[in-house]
Amino acid sequence: MVDGTELQTPLHDEHVALGARMVDFAGWRMPVQYAGIIEEHTAVRTGVGIFDVSHMGEFRVFGVEAKAALQRIVTNDLDRIEELGSALYTVMCDEDGGVIDDLIVYHTGDLEYLIVVNASNRETDWDWITSHLPEGVETADESDRTALIAVQGPGALGVIAELTGPGWEPPQRFAIAEATLGGTPVLVARTGYTGEDGVEIVCHASHAVGIWRALLSFAEVVPCGLGARDTLRLEVGYPLYGSDMDRGVDPVSAGLGWVVPKAKTGYIGAKAIARIREAGPERKLVGLIVSEGVPRHEYPVLHGGSEVGKVTSGTFSPTLGHGIALAYVPVALAEPGTALEIGIRRKVVPAVVTRPPFVKETSLSATRS
Amino acid sequence: MYPKDLKYDREHEWVRLDGDVATIGISHFAQDQLGEVVYVDLPAAGDTLAAGDSFGEVESVKSVSELFCPVTGEIVEVNDALSDAPEVVNEDPYGEGWMIKVKLADTSEVDGLMDADGYEAFLAEDE
Repeated sequence: MVDGTELQTPLHDEHVALGARMVDFAGWRMPVQYAGIIEEHTAVRTGVGIFDVSHMGEFRVFGVEAKAALQRIVTNDLDRIEELGSALYTVMCDEDGGVIDDLIVYHTGDLEYLIVVNASNRETDWDWITSHLPEGVETADESDRTALIAVQGPGALGVIAELTGPGWEPPQRFAIAEATLGGTPVLVARTGYTGEDGVEIVCHASHAVGIWRALLSFAEVVPCGLGARDTLRLEVGYPLYGSDMDRGVDPVSAGLGWVVPKAKTGYIGAKAIARIREAGPERKLVGLIVSEGVPRHEYPVLHGGSEVGKVTSGTFSPTLGHGIALAYVPVALAEPGTALEIGIRRKVVPAVVTRPPFVKETSLSATRS
Repeated sequence: MYPKDLKYDREHEWVRLDGDVATIGISHFAQDQLGEVVYVDLPAAGDTLAAGDSFGEVESVKSVSELFCPVTGEIVEVNDALSDAPEVVNEDPYGEGWMIKVKLADTSEVDGLMDADGYEAFLAEDE
């Protein structure tokens, strides 16, 4: 942060009391792990893990013209969330098609949208969105008074059902609904960043500790840090803003063409993206699998001994037991099965291009089949 | 946490001297800081190391850390079991989690390392 002090979420003291290892992340003091990344990772894949993601930004946009105005800002089509309570993953781009951020837009009211953005982009996004809204569209930055707790894993909905009491029906995947958790009014969104089924709880900051403790009162619920959040999202190939995409890359190259409907026009960056689509992207974000070593951010990707790209995200996959990575490579080398190499410090190890997700069978994939 | 019969260096390796052979691994502190170890890269037996030389790497999910040899000599044995079971470094850093054995040219080199009390004091001032 500008003045050098780290921000704290409403759950900061809970993390410290639980013995979390705290690190600086995007200006926030956040838990990177409690018991251990692999243990927490496994809890989410097989049981229930909870994450404090209150550092993320929450904006509200209201007004009769809110939808039309947001349509101009985001690439995905808000017609897809006409139904109240539905949500949309999207990016927003600059005029050149460069990704400003990825975000989720929730249709929370007749004339109202809730937008959740990355912590690292909160100020940039707020400035970008508010400067591109016409007069008459109202906005509120709710980030400081809002806490966000992700409850993820095959057992997540069971825990939420226990807290809401009988009669609660979980929202559909990618939908949001009001709920009462242990007497506290909250919003429950069936979204997440782990590849597992589960929810994200949006609540007032003053209720965060109570909800966090209520969740941890279940023996099977494991507190998880940003370390496990990163390995979980990477196993299912979810890109991370700032590592796998930024202003210098367009959504088509980043593998996010699916949030940029071809039929939609008139949004910021539409012309540039149409040109990129027409010409075809020069490079693409691909998955890479290695059998030895752990690829990490910025490690070179090689083909026949020459550097052809760089690892944007890499880790050891606790589920698969080997290294996995995302990297931008020239389109000619982006076909699944292509044999490349990654320079892992002193060694050059073989790497095979694959189409993410690396981990295909999860409680979330099961809800789709 | 820090056995009294071992010597320690500032890079968080430990040394156990047995005759003229030094067994080397990483300390409880080092394994705790790394978190769950997923990969250990060690040299081959027969290599010669000088004090301060890098002899390999240990990786956790989150980070990678270079290993430095606190003594001078020839590697006579390498703990190959760690390639299949790197987590042993966390579970038993002073026992099954050992990494290499080095035959020393000069056993008095070990006297220059910290004893357990000295190492704990070093850790305390580092915090």
